[in-house]
Amino acid sequence: MKSEKNKIRGAQFVIYSGLVLVSLASLFPFYWMFVMATNTNDAINQTPPAMVPGGNLVSNFEAVLNSIPFFGAMLNSFIVASSITLGVLILCSLAGFAFAKFEFPGRTLLFVFILGTMMIPPQLGLIPQYFIITELGWLSDLRAVIVPGLMNAFGIFWMRQYIASAVPDDIIEAARIDGCSNFRIYWNVIVPIVLPAFATLGIIVFMAIWGDYLWPLVVLQDQSMHTIQVALRSLMDDRVRDFGMILSGTFWATVPLIVVFLLFNRLFIKSITDGAVKS
Amino acid sequence: MAEPKHDYPNDTNIDEKDQKPSKQPGSDTPKKRNFTQRQRNIASGYLFISPFYLLFAVFGVFPILFSFYLAFFRWDGLGPMEFVGFNNFAIIFNDPLFWKSIYNTIIIGIMGTAPQLIVAILIAFALNSALIRMKSIFRLAIFLPYVTSIVAVAIVFSVIFSNQDSGLVNSVIVFFGGDPVTWTRSEWGTKFAISAMVFWRWVGYNTIIYLAGMQSIPNDLYEAAKMDGATIRQQIQYITIPMLKPFILFTVFTATIGALQIFAEPHIFQGRGGRPEGISVVLYLYRDAFNSNAFGTASATAIVLFFIIIIFSTMNMYVTNRIGQPAKRKKVKA
Repeated sequence: MKSEKNKIRGAQFVIYSGLVLVSLASLFPFYWMFVMATNTNDAINQTPPAMVPGGNLVSNFEAVLNSIPFFGAMLNSFIVASSITLGVLILCSLAGFAFAKFEFPGRTLLFVFILGTMMIPPQLGLIPQYFIITELGWLSDLRAVIVPGLMNAFGIFWMRQYIASAVPDDIIEAARIDGCSNFRIYWNVIVPIVLPAFATLGIIVFMAIWGDYLWPLVVLQDQSMHTIQVALRSLMDDRVRDFGMILSGTFWATVPLIVVFLLFNRLFIKSITDGAVKS
Repeated sequence: MAEPKHDYPNDTNIDEKDQKPSKQPGSDTPKKRNFTQRQRNIASGYLFISPFYLLFAVFGVFPILFSFYLAFFRWDGLGPMEFVGFNNFAIIFNDPLFWKSIYNTIIIGIMGTAPQLIVAILIAFALNSALIRMKSIFRLAIFLPYVTSIVAVAIVFSVIFSNQDSGLVNSVIVFFGGDPVTWTRSEWGTKFAISAMVFWRWVGYNTIIYLAGMQSIPNDLYEAAKMDGATIRQQIQYITIPMLKPFILFTVFTATIGALQIFAEPHIFQGRGGRPEGISVVLYLYRDAFNSNAFGTASATAIVLFFIIIIFSTMNMYVTNRIGQPAKRKKVKA
């Protein structure tokens, strides 16, 4: 009896110490980021480097503002990510509604086609896409990122599955008898029902677009049009790197995400797992 | 993935309801109305799905076909295109740096993802244990790196793995009496640093997915195994892993595709031009196209990458699919 208890204690100790270790490893780079963001470059470059926060929080961030249009880049990222998210939610729920509830010739084939496009790596069309954007005159224009971002095969798949299972046909029938057009049914019946799916898909899309790097790097060449990811990278360009400044920019670009995540962490984690597991 | 056909019964239901009144004799008005309703549904159906196909025609189909076309031409993006046959492929296949980029991508892919998925299963198993509390706090801490953007991760790790003696990892090495490493210029240093970035950002994401999978495994299985005296290792091997297979397949698939498309990490860690120690296939393609204006060879690289992705994801799915099977058989024997 006692040895059984000791065994459980031992297992608990091993599991707890493992988890604490892993959590510290997860959190340490955030702490490190903050330490660097508040120290002078000299303090960072001494051996051993500074390990506690210093007093340069403000001056390091001022250096960031002198180097890149930080707030402009954050705003660009926000405009891009929120317009794509909004657009994707509407377009994908419309298409998902059609695939789930309307009967039209070629429906299965068209749906399978959409699933098939998910298998194509985005780099395959990268170069011609760049020239299309050039032809459209959208280089260094946020539309270059927003418009292609609106096509989202996963979103259509996701919304179709959700609508097929969450929206009973009777409701649609009832609305039809009340004289609703198909679009009215979408707007007044479908959208309110699929709001939870909007939250999930919205988080997934927003996160993906916010972190996107290669495509914005290719098409947003003017510094004033950079998204925050592209702008952060350009902090690394100086020959003599000011680590305090670089990590200050990175830190302040990361803080808003962490705050939003901590506020909505359950919804966040649930969205990410649902998005992965149910597909 | 659910079969698209799965929900058809629902839809035929609609039609039956639509059509039933129309079959009744003497009810002309509903017949007419239902007929147009059906047509209206067809029209709405096409209308509602059309934005995707329009966008995909312009930003999907056309660029992909054009990539295949461009791979056979020499083009600097401005002048006339010159047909060169398979020459672009010959050029990249004769370029040692191209092979180096494939080698790097695969090595970094293995170093960054294989240990990560194993560790993620272990963490998920610990988080799923009935013996511990404060699970949500651990879960939060472990998931937090995923919220950071890849660029931010790459920058932070570039500083952690800085070449200077005072870099964080170098200070630790020096403290233990080793020699500092020139991380961005050493073959394995670069690969290790980049793999560390991938590992740190994704391990929590995969943990959360495995955890969701483990929570769907009925507890009775573990109870029964414990009664039969199974150790924790045996429980993981014979219950957790086989039951988790769909989740493992998903993570292996996404990790494989992600690893083969790696770009931001080497691009940031070694500077814009990249260096041979860390250059990835996508970075090779990007350099060719946007630094050297060699759009023909870059397109050839894109096509090779496409096939590499198909081959590796099929292969990894095949191998992963087999992992659970012998374990299951053994379980039956035992």
